[in-house]
Amino acid sequence: MTSIPAALRMEQAQYDAIRKHGEETYPYECCGVLLGHSEPDANLVVDAVRAGNVRTDSAHNRYQIAPQELVRIQREARQQGLDIVGFYHSHPDHPAQWSRTDLAEAHWLGCSYVITSVLGPQSTGRCRAAETNAFLLAGSSEEDKRLEKQAIEVQSAEPVAVS
Amino acid sequence: MQIHIPTPLRAYAGKQSIVQVSGSTVAQALTALTERYPELRRHLYSDQGKLRAFVNVYLNDEDIRYLDQKENAPVKDSDSLSIIPSIAGGSSVAEAPAAALTPEEMGRYSRHLILPEVGEAGQLKLKAARVLCVGAGGLGAPLTMYLAAAGVGTLGIVDFDVVEASNLHRQVIHGTTDVGRAKLDSAEDSLRAINPNVKIVKFPTRLSSENALGIFKDFDVVADGTDNFPTRYLVNDACVLSGIPNVYASIFRFEGQASVFATEAGPCYRCLYPEPPPPGLVPSCAEGGVLGILPGLLGIIQATEVIKLILGQGEPLVGRLLLVDTLAMRFRELKLRKNLGCPACGTQPTVTRLIDYDQFCGLPPKSAESAPVVNGIAQMQPAELKRRLDAGEDLYVLDVREPYEFAIAQIGGHLLPLNDLPQRTAELDSSREIVVHCKSGGRSQRAAEFLAQNGFKRIHNLAGGITAWSEKVDPSVPKY
Repeated sequence: MTSIPAALRMEQAQYDAIRKHGEETYPYECCGVLLGHSEPDANLVVDAVRAGNVRTDSAHNRYQIAPQELVRIQREARQQGLDIVGFYHSHPDHPAQWSRTDLAEAHWLGCSYVITSVLGPQSTGRCRAAETNAFLLAGSSEEDKRLEKQAIEVQSAEPVAVS
Repeated sequence: MQIHIPTPLRAYAGKQSIVQVSGSTVAQALTALTERYPELRRHLYSDQGKLRAFVNVYLNDEDIRYLDQKENAPVKDSDSLSIIPSIAGGSSVAEAPAAALTPEEMGRYSRHLILPEVGEAGQLKLKAARVLCVGAGGLGAPLTMYLAAAGVGTLGIVDFDVVEASNLHRQVIHGTTDVGRAKLDSAEDSLRAINPNVKIVKFPTRLSSENALGIFKDFDVVADGTDNFPTRYLVNDACVLSGIPNVYASIFRFEGQASVFATEAGPCYRCLYPEPPPPGLVPSCAEGGVLGILPGLLGIIQATEVIKLILGQGEPLVGRLLLVDTLAMRFRELKLRKNLGCPACGTQPTVTRLIDYDQFCGLPPKSAESAPVVNGIAQMQPAELKRRLDAGEDLYVLDVREPYEFAIAQIGGHLLPLNDLPQRTAELDSSREIVVHCKSGGRSQRAAEFLAQNGFKRIHNLAGGITAWSEKVDPSVPKY
């Protein structure tokens, strides 16, 4: 068994960019690819690359990244010496928890799946990224794969008091 | 030719990202790969020997399924094959998100869950929501208690005060044994007792132009439970700049008002009140008193509006100012319009960053309590007044409070209420040295400024008023 990256590490700028993407595409799901390095204790994100959601038929509750876009992103990543370490997508008006669809359609074992909940404007006219969670696709095969909550370590400038 | 191996499959391909194989078709290249790394086979192919549905294979930039000859398409040494498992998912409306509400939560929120307007979807929105309450006092108490009980997932509270005995008649989140504790700690204990599922984020600080945007950015809704104008304008402007709704209430004696400001469609607090009132004109609760129940009523109206915004249900108090008069027990409503010329939320805003709100509201800077002179008026510390009185110096102590306050506590001053001062100035001897005091120093400062404008030269303001006197000189003088 290889070691499990217990955490997902990124800079504040990437964290913010992921959440902002979700707000921009609301009420549709956004999606993107996390590039970086897989280290023994963490998946380290160097860049968060936006991808188009090709599920235009049901974009409010489904996302899919076109494989050809993925091929391109992977090629460009390789030129920068980066790997795909995870993906992100948004859940408009749904909690930042993986759904059965998310698990069924997750195939990148060892990668991090980041989900940002985006709450709708309703009457307020604005939407806001709410909770953001990361889940590691753990297991060794399609048959025993599972999504496990993974800590997001944001390298932030100033911590606030949190109880 | 090259085969690019995706991150998750490298463990089964000798940890390599690129494997060199030879073959004249796609199928031959893939067979060569799985022969070299047999473990890869079960990840790529089903038991029937077909490529798994989620595995995409690209020959350069083409999906092999769309090539004329599919897997039998010919390949050259300069070609590259990419194995790309699909990336998809989504929050399905038909499915309950996994691990969302625990059985304990199901039971706790059951009366919400059977309301069609809330239901499980609504309860999950509440759980995902992050609400910031500015102040854990009169309004903040019922507000945070009901929001915690309702299952709001994250509650932030900004407060730097300690619990005082005079808080207890209305701030029901604090108990008698909490007097002297930080309000944040006392509030946290009460909220945890109500609902341990809630994440409580404490900000033990005074909200300021320096920290407001940083604190607000992690919240979806802000509820303003402040008791002073500088902070109220600060909360409003920070909400407008952050794009977060400002659920507002304020209270005075027996009356209160509530609204929802800073939404995209509706007005903000500055649309209603572009300028603050002159300092001292509107007394604070500490000066003017407040019916203990009133903040309970208004705080619960705020909590209701917060919940409605999160759920997206009902008609929020956007563009409406609710006026509550508890003596008459009448609720009235005023229509509010968004002011297109509003300096904060108008079409050409001039408030593009947070300003100095004390200055905006005409108040001396925070350090003024110990400043020797404020607006030309010498500030006298209680200890100094005591020393000079004890030394038998000729000082005229002028008390500008109301008679009913005088009846509660006094320090031997001559009573002349602030409002009567203009008519009764002649009663004062401008040649004498006068020390003006009130309860906490605000009204007496105005009185001193008035007297200075009318030719009085030897005027002092007692810094901190009779309250500071009680704290620093004579604790037997009741604090009220």
